[in-house]
Amino acid sequence: MNSTAVTDLNSDDQVAQWRADFPILKTQVNGHPLVYLDNGATTQKPQVVIDAVSHYYENTNSNIHRGVHQLSELATEAYENGREQVRRFIGAASVKEVVFTRGTTESINLVANSWGMANLKAGDEVLVTEMEHHSNIVPWQMVTERTGALLKVVPINDAGEISLDDVRGLISDRTKMVAISQLSNALGTINPVKEVIEMAHQAGALVLVDGAQAIAHIPVDMADLDCDFYAFSGHKIFGPTGTGVLYGKEALLEAMPPWQGGGDMIRIVRFEKSTWNDLPYKFEAGTPNIAGGIGLGVALDYVSGVSLEKIAAHETELLNYASRKLQELPGLKLIGTAKHRASIASFVLDQLHAHDLGTILDSEGIAIRAGHHCAMPVMQHYGVAATARASFAFYNTFSEVDRLMDGLNKAVEMFG
Amino acid sequence: MMDLRELYQDLIVDHNKRPRNFGKIDDTTYYAEGFNPLCGDQLTVYLNLDGDRISKVTFEGEGCAISTASASMMTEILTGKTMAEADELFELFHQVLVGEIELDDDTTLQLGKLAVLTGVRAYPSRVKCATLAWHTCQGALHKQHDGISTE
Repeated sequence: MNSTAVTDLNSDDQVAQWRADFPILKTQVNGHPLVYLDNGATTQKPQVVIDAVSHYYENTNSNIHRGVHQLSELATEAYENGREQVRRFIGAASVKEVVFTRGTTESINLVANSWGMANLKAGDEVLVTEMEHHSNIVPWQMVTERTGALLKVVPINDAGEISLDDVRGLISDRTKMVAISQLSNALGTINPVKEVIEMAHQAGALVLVDGAQAIAHIPVDMADLDCDFYAFSGHKIFGPTGTGVLYGKEALLEAMPPWQGGGDMIRIVRFEKSTWNDLPYKFEAGTPNIAGGIGLGVALDYVSGVSLEKIAAHETELLNYASRKLQELPGLKLIGTAKHRASIASFVLDQLHAHDLGTILDSEGIAIRAGHHCAMPVMQHYGVAATARASFAFYNTFSEVDRLMDGLNKAVEMFG
Repeated sequence: MMDLRELYQDLIVDHNKRPRNFGKIDDTTYYAEGFNPLCGDQLTVYLNLDGDRISKVTFEGEGCAISTASASMMTEILTGKTMAEADELFELFHQVLVGEIELDDDTTLQLGKLAVLTGVRAYPSRVKCATLAWHTCQGALHKQHDGISTE
């Protein structure tokens, strides 16, 4: 263990125990033990999630909500149990408020299309921030173009923060929706979403929180947050890919028209007119990712077992240690230095493009992300084409940060 | 995985550090802006033509070492070539990089200096870095000014 790291043996043992839950962390990449620092892109899966998915396919695979046979009933029960696990994890009032989707992107598109097309009109405004992921920009761009509404943007400062004064100045009675990320995937900034939600509500606007990055790092409680919609992906919180959640307040979801039509979302189909199923099924057309929903529920229970408070505490120490080490490297500039940050260290190096860095680190078994992180407006703000991003999960260690630093030094040497 | 040095050969590192023919040609109608949607890299290629012969090639923009070195080497190699020769070389270079043509002695000879870039074959995600400038140059030759993409 590096002497400058926080040397708490108990915490080391704890992380070793967590790591043992993730079989992939024992993998070798290019002859080196894997250092996985691309958790912002997707997280690894614990054995319990892998087992839950396998168990479903080995023992209960069947379609849900329609079969009268035993397997279908077992599959339905397991899938709906997954929904209940989500409800508990995010503190939703009812499972009616938990819509399963393919991921955050689909969740946001659902709201933009269903709520947006029914409620937005010329003169209305939708407010987003400059640090949003493309998936919390483009759906709003598309729906505002179609309805004649206006898309407005809360700027960020050079630390990568929004100011509540700017938000206050931009929200008016024309604002119908504020769409904001809780944790920026490109900068690591934690946004003051609670304050933004209060401001928006005072002006009569709704708020959609993009929780894609936040969900695995920050405890959330819908009752306390009081957002109108909350979107996240299962794969960013140790669950299967192709799973996601849209939380919405029941009254809002009830009033919204269906988005996609098909099986499972209907009550009665007649050529003259069809009627819709109850919540949340009204928004779940077609056979869903059943194994995924089951796996997501198990992943969330797993995270609750570890405790998000413990996760956040370890990751904060890790991020502080990494930020300090990174800044010691000559020519390195952190992109995103907000006061409140989590999990993500985004940076650029003089004379060394992020992609070259990514390739060199890969040769050392270290996985990072290099690119624009689906946040081109953020790149534009900082005048860079791409950044390198190390993003941490609770199973990362201080010695992995040291390996990252060794890799960076090697890269600098090679191009220096 | 191959040795990193085979990817980042000295010539590539050198062209990345000191790109040749870097800059803009002001009074030409032969230019194009290219874009790699994967990484956000963007570069512009400018050409002067003398009949159907390329008399000058320059580029500007920001990219990784592979894309910058490839652009820089391209400007040297294409100077003096006819449009048809440029097309032919790009075709060969591209086919070698995507593995459609074997890299034998003959091909290596035809590629000349460009052969140092063939290390990217071992890194499929980086092939587009090496071809961005070339795609863009094709656009410039045909006066297709924007929307050039590696996709």
